[in-house]
Amino acid sequence: MHKFFRWLLIVGLVLGVLLPILPQFVWSFAYNWFFPSLLPQKWGWRAWLYLISPTAKVGEAWLNSASLALAVVILSVLIGLPAARALSLHHFRGKRVLEWLIMAPMIVPGLVVVMGIHILFIRYGLADTFAGVVLIHLVPALPYFILVMSGVFANYDTALEETARTLGANEWRTFWYITLPAIFPGLLIAALFTFLVSWSQYITTVLIGGGRIVTLPMVLFPFISASNHPNAAAISVVFILPAIVIFIFTARSLHQEASAMNGLGRL
Amino acid sequence: MPNQLRLTLMLGPALAVILLLFVGGVVVGLGQSLDYMPVIGLRVPTLRHYLAVLTDEGFRSALLLTLYISLVSTGLAMVLAVAAALLLRQNFYGHRLVTLIFQIPLPVPHMVAAAGFVLLLTQSGLLARLIYSVGWLTQPAQFPVLVFDRWNVATILVYVWKETPFIGLVVLAVLRGVSQEYEEMARTLGANPWQRFRYILLPLLMPGLVSTSVIVFAYTFGSFEVPLLLGQRYPNTLPVMAYRAYIDPDLQQRPTAMAIGMIITTIVIALLAVYRRYAQRRQHDGLLFR
Repeated sequence: MHKFFRWLLIVGLVLGVLLPILPQFVWSFAYNWFFPSLLPQKWGWRAWLYLISPTAKVGEAWLNSASLALAVVILSVLIGLPAARALSLHHFRGKRVLEWLIMAPMIVPGLVVVMGIHILFIRYGLADTFAGVVLIHLVPALPYFILVMSGVFANYDTALEETARTLGANEWRTFWYITLPAIFPGLLIAALFTFLVSWSQYITTVLIGGGRIVTLPMVLFPFISASNHPNAAAISVVFILPAIVIFIFTARSLHQEASAMNGLGRL
Repeated sequence: MPNQLRLTLMLGPALAVILLLFVGGVVVGLGQSLDYMPVIGLRVPTLRHYLAVLTDEGFRSALLLTLYISLVSTGLAMVLAVAAALLLRQNFYGHRLVTLIFQIPLPVPHMVAAAGFVLLLTQSGLLARLIYSVGWLTQPAQFPVLVFDRWNVATILVYVWKETPFIGLVVLAVLRGVSQEYEEMARTLGANPWQRFRYILLPLLMPGLVSTSVIVFAYTFGSFEVPLLLGQRYPNTLPVMAYRAYIDPDLQQRPTAMAIGMIITTIVIALLAVYRRYAQRRQHDGLLFR
């Protein structure tokens, strides 16, 4: 490839990624920023002061979003890890149907599922509760976890486990000292994806949480539709910062751990 | 060799979640779309809500708009993802930083991306200001309307921005596993760069590319926050239409919402079935060739 052409592609890529998000950091500190100025005429903390005020409920929303996502990750690991292993290391009757079923929630929109199940959640007292929202987030999150982990297990060799067992290690020790270290990088990626699926959920939380469980996308939405740029920008910043921080820590393993990404290509 | 019980224990919980919550949701939704809800005494299923939806003028324009948005954004994301993956597999100065930047959209929620594109694309947005500062604009009204517009430019760009790295990373993972020998051999045999891409790399990329694109297409077809925030009030996409019917104070609208939801589900499941058939044939061919 010609050097100049490559350089052009790199600049295009970097600008294309950064132009839609960097201005949000600037907007969150803007007091006045009218056309056609490239920087705010007047800077200020107004949006951030609003953010920390109790009426904004941003702190509560942040905590809710984080604890929901954490609960979803823990449940996904507990439920999804054995399932992913069974799906990629064992052969049994009806496996294809099972794969279909487990992957279907990645394809069928959450909106459809939540509109349908809402009435049952109301009847069984799960509507407007934390547990109910965790359960509904699990529907889109669990398939992602299983898909990524089945990619990891597809390249996993069970020979070491057998050796450990022959040497007298029980199941728990085998898992802790052999299996877990081997799958850990992939597990981290799967957990990150799962966390982000829950962290970004909007309509499932709105309908099942019924306004009782307020999360970050729910406080952000009204400011975007009202074109309140500074407030929308400030909430966006607290919304993406934790995600980006975790992400930078895992980004390296993300492109080293090819098997996990291959999992996503195995739908 | 694990016995039946062991497998059941491993798969049971995941299956329970999917059957109770996912299949349960779809089945209850299907019942509501047919006016079939035995618990409240509705026992005679009817197709009238489907008939009403399918003959509605608004439904047709919503369907076309949804297909248009999903097709264009998935297509653009596929092309950009392959281009980016081809770029990122090379070694150049700053290669690791650029790869990291490429992945930034992955953890960013769609709603935040939507907020960002509003700041960028409105007539007084950053892009208009940049063009003004170069002197190609004298007032904001000369900048094209890209948000809340007929062509849903902002919605499409949000999806392209979000999904390109998703497809790109899968493609890149495949490219990293491709031995350089194939390309070297083709080069020795006189293949130009385009031929090397078309006949060596593309066939190897296809499975991962198509599989992730199916996920992306289905996602864009069924997601509704972005078109709700950045699209026109009317016409808007099928999911937005379903959502508006669902939250309508008139409860008579709910079965309509469910009917639209079931139509969306049918379309994406049909897409998945076609894809699985293609994937199986591919596997089959692969075996023949080996």
